Amino acid sequence: MNYIHSVILDKDKCRGCTNCIAHCPTEAIRVRHGKAYIIEDRCIDCGECIRVCPHHAKRAQSDGLEMLDKFDFTVAVPAPTLYGQFKDRYSIDMILTALKHLGFDDIFEAAEAADIVTAELKKALNNKPENIPWISSSCPAVVRLIQIRFPGLIEQIVRIESPMEIAARIIKKDIYPDKKNIGVFFISPCPAKITAARAPIGSKQSAVDGVISINRIFLDLQNAAAELKNIEPLGKASSWGISWARSEGESHSTGWPETVAVDGIDNVINFLEELENGKIKHVDFIEAMACPGGCVGGALTIENPYISKARIIRKAGKVDDRKRGGKLIRKSKAVLTMDTDIVQKHILSLDKDFKKALEKMAMMEEIIETLPGLDCGSCGAPTCRALAEDIVRGTAKKNDCIFILRNEIKVLTENLAELGSWMPPLLADEEKE
Amino acid sequence: MILLKKEYIIDPDNPLAFGEASSNFKKTLKQLGIPSDVIKRTAIAMYEAEINTIIHGKGGRAEAQIDDEQIRIVFKDEGPGIPDIEMAMQEGFSTASSEIREMGFGAGLGLPNIKKNSSNLSIESEPGKGTKVTIIINL
Repeated sequence: MNYIHSVILDKDKCRGCTNCIAHCPTEAIRVRHGKAYIIEDRCIDCGECIRVCPHHAKRAQSDGLEMLDKFDFTVAVPAPTLYGQFKDRYSIDMILTALKHLGFDDIFEAAEAADIVTAELKKALNNKPENIPWISSSCPAVVRLIQIRFPGLIEQIVRIESPMEIAARIIKKDIYPDKKNIGVFFISPCPAKITAARAPIGSKQSAVDGVISINRIFLDLQNAAAELKNIEPLGKASSWGISWARSEGESHSTGWPETVAVDGIDNVINFLEELENGKIKHVDFIEAMACPGGCVGGALTIENPYISKARIIRKAGKVDDRKRGGKLIRKSKAVLTMDTDIVQKHILSLDKDFKKALEKMAMMEEIIETLPGLDCGSCGAPTCRALAEDIVRGTAKKNDCIFILRNEIKVLTENLAELGSWMPPLLADEEKE
Repeated sequence: MILLKKEYIIDPDNPLAFGEASSNFKKTLKQLGIPSDVIKRTAIAMYEAEINTIIHGKGGRAEAQIDDEQIRIVFKDEGPGIPDIEMAMQEGFSTASSEIREMGFGAGLGLPNIKKNSSNLSIESEPGKGTKVTIIINL
């Protein structure tokens, strides 16, 4: 299966600076021929590069509203993060009605599916083996991060599908089982969800037909919201489900005492590092979100993550939970769990053959000793160590380091000067000798 | 035949570097393509031993090596030593100070945890002179 990425490079805008390579959590970008190329195997679609690129040369390939025409019947599944993009005077029902007006036949909130996932999580936590914390599967960038950097933790990922996927399955299996040519569109805060719908992990095929990024439709949506005449009561999710948009929302919704919420990709990496070392104890459930503040910090949102988070808290607070929350759970015909294995990706290993990997490791250590250790990025790799790795993998040369190159030139020039002043004995000036 | 050898200095005065030897060696193992379950057990055992070397041994050295059959990690310190190794091996037994416990260490699970994750664990200790902990994990 081809691994499809949603994060792509706009070559015309890329100036070959090193901002993105320095921030990529999986060292997946290299500057070559003046452009920042993504190493596909390593990319987890977290969107950090989109966030940091000063020239907006990194972007996500999301679908547009024109794709709705391909289907006879369409349902939008908005991430609850969408609610935080709008000021407090826009109620959830207003936002959902406006979204429907953009051309959808119906709306099903991802937050309502989150209520269903919460119920499943509670069941799963009750049957959890002791001393092994479970890791949430809801952030696809974190799942991919674990595949690449922490394969030993794969077995700890909860095998429940994400709210996006469950929403799509429920729409097709339970709500509109008889509709033909039905299209389900997720309204996404991040590129990782786009990838999750196109190349899912944990299932062979996603029930999601298209993913539209929040920033792509925001202006249309705001205009539609401003012109609303009637507001439909479309919001059905509980305050808990809505809170999944921000960090701690998911972990608190489980009601489980020993949970922890980690947000921001670097924090997640440090945490998983400690978890792998066995340092993290007395935790049963780990909510790990790649973006700062949780999904509200997604790279394809409009609003400041912290403003958005505050709005989510206020809007969730206005919901009357007694009337809401995951009512479909008892009668759903949809499969809520993952049905295929999450495979390990040995991207870090230097060679498939152990002996060769050892040789390359020794070579790499030797090369590192000769590099300046400044991690300047001028060679196109994020760190001196990464350059050494690229050299032993055969994708870079030692002279790619400008300091090594400069030194080589110096030695060469000195040698040239010495040779230049050397006269054969036949021509040598007697006095000078 | 020793295929790879790494040495680490365990500095007790730099809290920012606690666990660094284990993390670095773990990264090496990942780059060598060692199976992830072996890496996980090595990381846990090594991390516990590293923390022991810091809090009880007042720092020391770690030597990690790989041969055809096993990973072997030796921690050496010149700390106070362990008076009763059998007692120290019991779960929950701890001589760590309250400050150490407040930092989240010293719950008395260190050595039992190392034993659980390693193929073989041997401890040589002489009170007043120091401790040598040898962890072996079969490949």
